[in-house]
Amino acid sequence: MVPLYWYLWLGGVVFAIGVFGFLARRNIIIMFLSIELMLNGVNISLVALSHYMQDLRGQILVFFIIAVAAAEAAIGLAIIIAMFRNRDTLHADEMAEMKG
Amino acid sequence: MNEINVSMLAPLLPEVIMASAGILVLLVELVARRKETAGLLSIAAVAVAAYYVPHSFGKSFGGMFVSDGYSAFFKFIFFINLILTVLLSMRYLVIEKSNHGEYYSLVVFSTLGMMLMASAGDLIVLYLGLELMALSSYVLAGFIRHDARSSEAAVKYFLLGAFSSALLLYGITLVYGLTGTTDVSLIGAAVVEKGLSTPLFLSVVFLMAAFGFKTALAPFHMWAPDVYEGAPTSVTAFMSVGPKAAAFAAFGRVFLTGFGSLSTDWTGILVVLSILTMAVGNILAIQQDNIKRMLAYSSVAHAGYAVLGIIVGGAEGLAAMMNYLFIYGFMNLGAFAVVIMLRSEGVRGEALEDYKGLAKTHPFAAAVMLVFMFSLTGIPPTAGFIGKFYLFKAVVGAGYAWLAVVTVIFSAISAYFYLRVVMYMYMLEPEGEAVTLSLSPSLGLALLITTLVVILIGVYPSPLLSFARLAAG
Amino acid sequence: MQYYLLIPLLPLGAFLLNIMLGRRVIRRQAHWPSTLAVAGSLVVTVMVLLDVMSGRTLNEDLYVWIVSGNFKVSVGFMIDQLTAVMLVVVTSVSFLVHVYSIGYMQDDPGYYRFYAYLSLFTFSMLMLVTANNFLQLYFGWEAVGLCSYLLIGFWYEKRSASDAGKKAFIVNRFGDFGFGLGVIMVFLTFGTLDYVSVFDGAGGVAAQTINILGADVNLITLIALLLFCGAVGKSAQVPLHVWLPDAMEGPTPVSALIHAATMVTAGVFMVARLNPIFSLSPVAMDVVAVVGAVTALFAATIALVQNDIKRVIAYSTISQLGYMFIACGVGAFGAGIFHLYTHAFFKALLFLCAGSVMHAMGGEVDMQKMGGLKRYMPLTYWTMLIASLSISGIPPLAGFFSKDEILWVAFNGGGVGRAVWALGTLAAVLTAFYSFRLIYLTFHGEFRGTEEQRHHLHESPAVMTVPLAVLCVGAVAAGWIGIPPIISSVFGVEDANWFAEFLKPVVGHPEIEAPHSTEALVMGFSVAVAAVGIAVAWVFYIRNREIPAVLARRCGILYRLLFNKYYVDEIYNATVVRPAMLIARYVLVGLSDGVIIEGVVNGVPALINRFGARLRRLQSGLLQSYAAVMALGLFLLMAVVVMVLK
Repeated sequence: MVPLYWYLWLGGVVFAIGVFGFLARRNIIIMFLSIELMLNGVNISLVALSHYMQDLRGQILVFFIIAVAAAEAAIGLAIIIAMFRNRDTLHADEMAEMKG
Repeated sequence: MNEINVSMLAPLLPEVIMASAGILVLLVELVARRKETAGLLSIAAVAVAAYYVPHSFGKSFGGMFVSDGYSAFFKFIFFINLILTVLLSMRYLVIEKSNHGEYYSLVVFSTLGMMLMASAGDLIVLYLGLELMALSSYVLAGFIRHDARSSEAAVKYFLLGAFSSALLLYGITLVYGLTGTTDVSLIGAAVVEKGLSTPLFLSVVFLMAAFGFKTALAPFHMWAPDVYEGAPTSVTAFMSVGPKAAAFAAFGRVFLTGFGSLSTDWTGILVVLSILTMAVGNILAIQQDNIKRMLAYSSVAHAGYAVLGIIVGGAEGLAAMMNYLFIYGFMNLGAFAVVIMLRSEGVRGEALEDYKGLAKTHPFAAAVMLVFMFSLTGIPPTAGFIGKFYLFKAVVGAGYAWLAVVTVIFSAISAYFYLRVVMYMYMLEPEGEAVTLSLSPSLGLALLITTLVVILIGVYPSPLLSFARLAAG
Repeated sequence: MQYYLLIPLLPLGAFLLNIMLGRRVIRRQAHWPSTLAVAGSLVVTVMVLLDVMSGRTLNEDLYVWIVSGNFKVSVGFMIDQLTAVMLVVVTSVSFLVHVYSIGYMQDDPGYYRFYAYLSLFTFSMLMLVTANNFLQLYFGWEAVGLCSYLLIGFWYEKRSASDAGKKAFIVNRFGDFGFGLGVIMVFLTFGTLDYVSVFDGAGGVAAQTINILGADVNLITLIALLLFCGAVGKSAQVPLHVWLPDAMEGPTPVSALIHAATMVTAGVFMVARLNPIFSLSPVAMDVVAVVGAVTALFAATIALVQNDIKRVIAYSTISQLGYMFIACGVGAFGAGIFHLYTHAFFKALLFLCAGSVMHAMGGEVDMQKMGGLKRYMPLTYWTMLIASLSISGIPPLAGFFSKDEILWVAFNGGGVGRAVWALGTLAAVLTAFYSFRLIYLTFHGEFRGTEEQRHHLHESPAVMTVPLAVLCVGAVAAGWIGIPPIISSVFGVEDANWFAEFLKPVVGHPEIEAPHSTEALVMGFSVAVAAVGIAVAWVFYIRNREIPAVLARRCGILYRLLFNKYYVDEIYNATVVRPAMLIARYVLVGLSDGVIIEGVVNGVPALINRFGARLRRLQSGLLQSYAAVMALGLFLLMAVVVMVLK
């Protein structure tokens, strides 16, 4: 039997890797994927907790997160494509027209 | 177990109407020759939904969805936000060459998301509402597809928004793990029972960061100026009022119902964030020469004022906050309406320079802008004064007299950049070609409504005050 | 009775209409909205008066603007007998002045502006008299002051006019400072600003004292005196009277409305309205009476030798206002209001006649250059003559009844009463003298102006003379509703002082136990001295025109003292204005402007700006740095939480 906190650690680490990836990488697509990683860290923790507490709410939330993430991906990619058309780049540092 | 039947939907009737309206608008848009039809349809839908809001009080889905006075008040803010935004957009979208009907559908869906947030009795519903609102507004921010600035705004908003959603979810996960539930009132009970612990407080911090992002509290406000500047002006107006109010609605409910028993612990943090927000918003607004960006920072500063209501807590604080957001909605939308009016073919009209001598060339537009700038500064007898007055009163009443003093100081600083616009309009001579106004009937109507309400609330505030007080419970 | 709201709202509407559309749309028709509005107010006022006469008074908070604890900013109306009288005075005189101005201001480029201000003034004055709380009173008080400033300086291109406006504003600041303190003291003492609650509580604090700089001061006396400061400023009493003569730089209809009939009487109204407070403090009452009496005499002496037709009337106004304060000071508030009411008619009439004369003389104000105008403008002459008889207190004109009542109550006032009566009676002689000096110099004898002026002489148009005629009726008959029993009993009517009866519920009425013979004697005496005054004026200015010049030579010092208005302006200049200017120039500008103000006003924004510029760099436009700031913020919060909870 794997103890609960192993799962929570795993979820936390995956989340942290996602945060790190979001902060460190400059490619917009990779940044977006890092967010997916953060969400999956959340999902792992939620499922583990849900199972541990024998309560369905956590798993319900996981389904919603997955569904929303899909919608988010669709919209996000559309926005990124629009951006790419205008600027011909996916590099985060090159979109800083507005600042100050 | 719970049977699912139609009567469960009764408290959701306004939301059901709005969801149907969103789909209907999409369909109508396909066949309608004039895209404005879609806009008018969305306004009509709001009117119907608004009618049912007072008749829909109750809980549904085991308390996951709560329709009460609190949510109703915020829903009216959202409705007003939608109506005014649609009025602002009709002509503006043509000028921006982005007159697509799905714009109105997105506005409706985004509003639906806000309504769900205001009514969320459960963190799951809160998350869903927030995402519905956010996803729609990401698209709206990038709605002018051929404009690099608009796309840039959308990308920034999207990535940072998704990032903050992930923080929210991690916070929810922690709360779920610690209390075993996602229901806000059950969380409240569990928190009372278990008391304060480090992990619980960490989850509170995560949620605070997520709400801070949506309400644009420093240091989670960084996205706001760029997104507000790049997004189509009508969308900026929409975003600076609706999503902010919705986030405050959820913020208030989760923190005061869910974590109310810990309020002595988290108000300290919120006070720091509030002061930081007022400082950053006001000080950076002074630096701006683009009026949209200035209004963006002003919107950050106003979030710093409004959050005082949550710091004070209780019905008194919430009422002051709701009252403030309501007033803020009108004056901010009004100010953006003037900004939109100065946008015409080939002329952006966003620079402060464009306002030079406006009183000479367009005295009416200048007078209206004057009212909004006075109101945003908080000068009586405009509504802005009433909002601030009752906020300060609540803050002082809760024993934070020094915080009220700090707020007043920052308010005084804000006068510098608001009244600079007035100075440009009234005291400087017009330069170069006079700006042309793109005044359409719908925009004129929006200006009329906002001006009248700002003055009316300024001189006769008691109905709004008692409404807010009643709604806050 | 809600229709009473129309009384202030109509002029407000006219003001908004004229100020917004006046310049471009309404232009030369600007008199229509304003005049119709005030006519409407007048009609509604009559309805309200009838209501009040049938016993229906009213006191309600119409709406509350903001509330904070005990402090409440509300708009509320108190319509009672006192208000009704004031409403009648304000709306009727205002209406006539509106009509008169159609002719008088005919070709003025600022026509719409004039009517807009006039409407705003009427609105403010009506709000002042209908207030049911101190704050609204204060609001109206300041608003009429503002309108007065705007209208005195109406011809702002003229240096003297804009200076006079400023002077009025600044001098009133002194009084209003005290008034403001008084209102604050009222709030601190009673915890409310509502008239009724304050009056109810006034008795309870009558004996309280507070310690100021080691001296125990009676609280009520302090409040009453502070409030009276405002009245001294607004009603131009000594020593703050200096602004009113200068205010004559404004258009003459303005002088008639604001600086004779209505605004300057606001001080009297205020004292009468707050009579429950004043009555509790004998000291304050004596101060009021003495200030009034001194002013009455003081201003009358100055008026004796002035040559500017409007300034003579202005000093006469100051003097008559003094009479009203005499009445209030001896507890006969009703008599004060009665004189306010009759004075409004004959004084407005005097001003409008003077305006008519100036109109004919092409703006000439020096009476030494007039004379013999009777022939050219008979209507103006006759109305002005009647007004002068009225102000001199010749029966049965309006001024006689009100002035007589004041002198009679002062005579029986006890304390300072007798002295005050003596001063008042002396002033009455002078009043008759200078009034008829004005008449004789202006209308009788030879014309002393230029040939061009003579050629131009004409009677004013009907739009100006009709208001004169109407006011003349008031100057004659307005007093007939306050006939003392001693006279009315002659005609078989026991109690004909309806005015005093009417006001009694609000301001009370002093009971005087004195033999009829004494009353007849006092009355006869004041009529006799008035007749003497007129006779002396006749001798001086008709019979033997050498006397004034000889007298001026003989009593050179006295003459110069009077002619230069006791050098009050010069004294103020030397003791207050110059030092203040010097301090402002050398100390404030040199020191604080350079060091403190410059430092604060420019330094703080500079500091903020420098800080802001640095902060701005953080907003780099880079997505990652935004996320990093967010993450850092979150991390810091988490660190704080972990550390604190450890």
